[in-house]
Amino acid sequence: MDRDLREICKDIRCDVMTCIGHLGVGHIGGCLSLVELLAVLYFKEMHIDPAEPKMPGRDRLVCSKGHAGPAVYATLANRGYFDKAELLTLNQSGTHLPSHCDMNLTTGIDMTTGSLGQGFSCAVGVALGSKLEGDGATIYAIVGDGESQEGQIWEAAMFAAAKKLDNLIAFTDYNKLQIDGPVSEVNDIAPLAEKWSAFGWNVIDVEDGNDVDLVEAAVEHAKLGLGGGKPTMVILNTKKGCGVKWIEDLGAGNHNTNISEEQAAAAIAEIRGEV
Amino acid sequence: MEMRAVYAECLAQMMERDKHVVVLDADLSKASGTRKLYERFPNQMFDCGVAEQNMASIAAGLSSYGFKPWIESFTPFATRRICDQIAISISYAKQNVKIVGTDPGISAELNGGTHMSMEDIGVVRSIPGLVIFEPVDERQLRAAMPVLNAYEGPVYMRLFRKVQPVVFPENYTFDLFKADLLREGKDLSIFVSGMLTKDCLDAAELLKAEGIDAEIINVHTIKPVDRETVLASARKTGAVLTVENHNVIGGLHSAILETLAQKKLPVCAVGVPDRFGEVGKIPYLREVMGLTVENIVAQAKKAVSLK
Repeated sequence: MDRDLREICKDIRCDVMTCIGHLGVGHIGGCLSLVELLAVLYFKEMHIDPAEPKMPGRDRLVCSKGHAGPAVYATLANRGYFDKAELLTLNQSGTHLPSHCDMNLTTGIDMTTGSLGQGFSCAVGVALGSKLEGDGATIYAIVGDGESQEGQIWEAAMFAAAKKLDNLIAFTDYNKLQIDGPVSEVNDIAPLAEKWSAFGWNVIDVEDGNDVDLVEAAVEHAKLGLGGGKPTMVILNTKKGCGVKWIEDLGAGNHNTNISEEQAAAAIAEIRGEV
Repeated sequence: MEMRAVYAECLAQMMERDKHVVVLDADLSKASGTRKLYERFPNQMFDCGVAEQNMASIAAGLSSYGFKPWIESFTPFATRRICDQIAISISYAKQNVKIVGTDPGISAELNGGTHMSMEDIGVVRSIPGLVIFEPVDERQLRAAMPVLNAYEGPVYMRLFRKVQPVVFPENYTFDLFKADLLREGKDLSIFVSGMLTKDCLDAAELLKAEGIDAEIINVHTIKPVDRETVLASARKTGAVLTVENHNVIGGLHSAILETLAQKKLPVCAVGVPDRFGEVGKIPYLREVMGLTVENIVAQAKKAVSLK
C-alpha cells in the first residue's frame, strides 16, 4: 500500500471515534489499543482482496476479542470492503455492524466471535482447515488479555502446538486492563510469554504494541516462522484507549463507556494533532 | 449390529467419498466406535483430547473453511458441557457441524450420575437453528446418516451405541423432518423417541388385549417436531402419551406439549421424573425411572381414562 501506515492508523482511530460517538456508547478502550495491528495486517501483510472478500486461499483474521468489532469495521471500511458511511450504522437496529464480530452480517469478517475464548479455537480450526486444503494461507488471530483467563484459550493453544499449526500467527492485545480492573489484580495472566512458550509456541514480545513500526517488524518476524513447525504468539504490550488522553486516563473504565459526539469530535482533533 | 458400528461404517463411507467430511473426538473414539478409522483416514480424523469446548469451536472453524465436521462425546459432554460453544461457535455462526452424543440417559449404565444425561435435549433444544435427532435402530440410523451429512446446518444426534432391537423394515425410507407412523390406532397416540420405541410396540399389544387401540409414532426428530403428524394423530385419537429416555422436562414431552398447547387433550408422560441418574444396569434403571412396558401401559390407560 502506498499510504503511510501512521496516517492509516489515524484514519481508523478517527472512524472508531466517529461511529462510537455517533452511537453514544461502545467498547472504545480495546478498539483503540488494536489499531496499529489492524492497520499493519490489513494494509500491509494480509493476502486479501476487498473486491473478492471470500477469495479462496486468502489470509484470514479471527478477532477472538469480538468486542473490538468497531475497530475491525473501521479498518475494513478504510481498506475498501464497504462504504465508510456504513460505519454510522454501528449497533443501530438492523445494522450489519453489531457490537461483536459476525461473519454472516459483515463483509470481510471471517469468523463470528464475542463469547470469549471460542474465537481462538475457531481460528485454530481455520488454520487446520487451511493445512488440510494445502492452500498456503496464513491465519491470524487476536486474543484479549482478559480473554486469556478463559480455559478454552489454553485448550486451543495446546492443540495448535500439538498439531504443528505453523500457519497460525496469533496476537495478544496485552493492554493490562479488563472490565473489573487491572488484569494483574483481577486474575493475573503473567508471565504470559513463558506460558505460550511452555505451550510450544514461538513467542515474540513487542515492547510497544502501539508503535506501528515495531508491530510491522514483529509481524514480519512472525512470518519467518511460517512452516517451521510451531504456531507463533506475538504479545503486543498496548495501551487501552491509545491515542486519546482522556480515554486512556479512564483506565479500566474505558472498556465500554459513554461518548458524546462532542467528545468524539474533540478526540478526533487530538488524534489528528490539531490540539 | 451395534449402533456405533453402523455409525462408524456410515462415516467411513462418507469420508471415502468426500475428503471434506472430518471427525473430531475428545478422547472417546473407542466408545463412539470410530477409533479404527484413524489409520484409514489420517487426514480426516482428529483427536482433540479431553477438551470438548475446543473440539466444538475447532469444528466451527473447519466448517467455515468448507469442511463437514462431526464431533463426538458422551451426551453430557456433547451438550451441557459445551452448551455455549454449540450456541455461539456453531449455531449462531451458522456452521455446518454435526454433534454426536453417545450413551443417552440410562444407557450410560455403570458410568452413573455424572455421565447419565437426562437433560441433554433440554439443554440444547432452546438454541435456535439446531436440529435434534435420536435414532431408534440400525436401519433408521443407516438411512439417516447420509441425510444428516447432506443437511446444511447443525444437528445434535443422540446415539444409543450398543445393539438395539430392530423396529423398522429393511426398505425403510427416512425423512429427517417427518415422524414415522409405526402402528395405526384410534384410541390413543403414543409419541416415542429412541430406545423405548420397541417397548411402546410391546405395550400396544398389551393394551390391545384390554381393548385400547394405540397409535405409535416415532418422533425421531425432536426439533423441529413434525407438528403436522403430531397434531393429526392427537386430533384423531383424543389422548396422548409421550415416552422418552430423558427428563420429562425439556425433551420430547415438552416438545409435544408445546405442539399441543391449547388443545383440550390429556397428555401423560413416561420419562425420567426430574432427577439425576445413578449407577446401574439398564433393567434396574428402567425400574427406578419408570421406563418399563408396564408403566407405558399404565400411563396409556390413564391418558385414555382422562378423555
